[in-house]
Amino acid sequence: MKILEALNISKSFKKPIEFQALKDVSFSIDKGEFVSIMGKSGCGKSTLLYILSTMDTDYEGKLYLEEHLITGQTSNQLARLRNEKIGFVFQFHYLLAEFTVLENVMLPAKKLGIKSLEEIEADAMHKLTLLGIQDQALKNSNRISGGQKQRVAIARALINNPSIIMGDEPTGNLDSKNADTVFSIFKELSEEEHLSLLVVTHDQDFANRTDRIIHMEDGRIKD
Amino acid sequence: MMKKLRILLSISRTHLSSRKKQSLIAALGVTFGIGTYIIMMGFMNGLNGLLDGLILNRTPHIHLYNEVEPTRVQPIDMWQGGENAIKVVNSIKPKLNQTRIHNALPLISYLDKQKYVRGATPQVKAQAFYLAGSTQLNGMLIGVDIMQEAELYNLNEYITEGQALDLAKNENGIIIGAGVAKKIAVKLGDIVQVSSAKGEIMPLKIVGLYQSGLSDIDNVQSYINIKAAQRLMGEKDNFITDINIKLYEIERAPKLAEELADLFNVAAVSIQSANAQFETGSTVRTLISYAVSITLLIVAGFGIYNILNMLIYEKMNDIAILKATGFSGKDVKIIFISQAMIIGLIGGILGLLLGYGVCVIIDNTPFVTPALPTIKTYPVEYAPKYYIIGIVFAMLSTFFAGYLPARRAERIDPVDIIRGQ
Repeated sequence: MKILEALNISKSFKKPIEFQALKDVSFSIDKGEFVSIMGKSGCGKSTLLYILSTMDTDYEGKLYLEEHLITGQTSNQLARLRNEKIGFVFQFHYLLAEFTVLENVMLPAKKLGIKSLEEIEADAMHKLTLLGIQDQALKNSNRISGGQKQRVAIARALINNPSIIMGDEPTGNLDSKNADTVFSIFKELSEEEHLSLLVVTHDQDFANRTDRIIHMEDGRIKD
Repeated sequence: MMKKLRILLSISRTHLSSRKKQSLIAALGVTFGIGTYIIMMGFMNGLNGLLDGLILNRTPHIHLYNEVEPTRVQPIDMWQGGENAIKVVNSIKPKLNQTRIHNALPLISYLDKQKYVRGATPQVKAQAFYLAGSTQLNGMLIGVDIMQEAELYNLNEYITEGQALDLAKNENGIIIGAGVAKKIAVKLGDIVQVSSAKGEIMPLKIVGLYQSGLSDIDNVQSYINIKAAQRLMGEKDNFITDINIKLYEIERAPKLAEELADLFNVAAVSIQSANAQFETGSTVRTLISYAVSITLLIVAGFGIYNILNMLIYEKMNDIAILKATGFSGKDVKIIFISQAMIIGLIGGILGLLLGYGVCVIIDNTPFVTPALPTIKTYPVEYAPKYYIIGIVFAMLSTFFAGYLPARRAERIDPVDIIRGQ
């Protein structure tokens, strides 16, 4: 099954000058596939990622998630979709600083509002255990190290058991040891949980170990 | 829905408690605004009540009496002929008229049966002189049913010595004006001689002293029993010069006064037309208190607006994360508006407490004035109305102060924030 499919995605910026960032991009990701996007700065890979993430809705073309068209949905529907189906990991860890690690992980599940608070907490502890940081659960999220923060962000991305995890240079801000840990976590998720992953990266070593690399240049996919 | 709101509220609570000092300062702004409102309203209205009470409490809502006036329609006006003629009557004089109200007793029993009437009391007003040796002091004796007057017009509050009941027990008693008593040098228990305009002399025993606070009244006016007044005038017991009506709803007085005047062919004056200046005074004072309180709340509102604006700049990352993980723009808006309203609620409740506290202090501050013999401390009104308005106002003003920053947060594009770093 195709988890994510992009058809003829184009996007241009009007400001500061007219500039076409994406030109007719089409590709798809299958279930359980670990895909990386590489390319030079300004090639449009981040722009593409944010369109795929549904946060940027200003584009031409069509986007399918689990074979449903999501182009043209309202922002509330898209927010729900992000909450339920898409997990994010960013370069900067982006945790809510005033909340504990556990609260950060629980938040998207609370928003989804399907499970009871006890179930959500158990889930969150399970994810933290999976990532080996269960002992940090009750610490304030700005009192843990960068590598730990990124693992908390991954746990948060996993909490609602999404269809796909997207990452914007998730290891870009980590030392090689922590980057390695994050990579092996991703690899495990893809192989054992059959989770699809789409990661934008600069790191050639990282990309080489993924299932497939999409190279981008000047807003196009280069084969 | 409630569950969803609880999550959003827990986020805003965390935001607020992580910057306690700022939140507290914002709340204090509201506290001072609402506190001042409560103090101003309590004190102003207490004062209004006191001043109104001075005149209005003891003024009948409708006063019926017989007016001395020229006949309205002169005989020549009834003449139909001479269309081009100009009718001229010189030097019109008022008709000789009786001072008593015609058919007063049936009129009173009619009034007592009406649902809107709290009480109708008969009075006999008699011009008289207080006699002290060779001095004759001008005066006004009011013959009343004293117990009814005391009940309807708070007469007891102005009787500084003795009480209303003493007059009811003593047919030949008098509750004498404090100014009169001083002038003719008499005290409680003394006998005072009064004489009617026709020369009838009657000894009366002083059973009480009356001080209204208005020296023009206290220097001439005294209360006696209605029977004694009728005897002094040499009249029968259907001789009644005035009827005072107290209504349940003071607002109905002007209209009812007109109706009664037409119905019974008497002069009828409503409290509103007799004391228009008091209404105006009260309205202006209330207006001033509202103006001051609203100004303070607007200042507090700007404080909240500022703090929330700053908060949203600081929380750009949080907003981006919340949106990226599936919170909608509306959720984010609710988070920030609820923060403003939590500030408003806490500040407002503290404001009510502050206002109440200061009101209690004012209420216990001594305030002695010879004009108001029964008042010992400053008057304060504790109407629940003001407390309800206060808290509603606090919530409303903080809602509006929070709305604009919250709407900005709603519109923040998470991509801009995430890519911006």
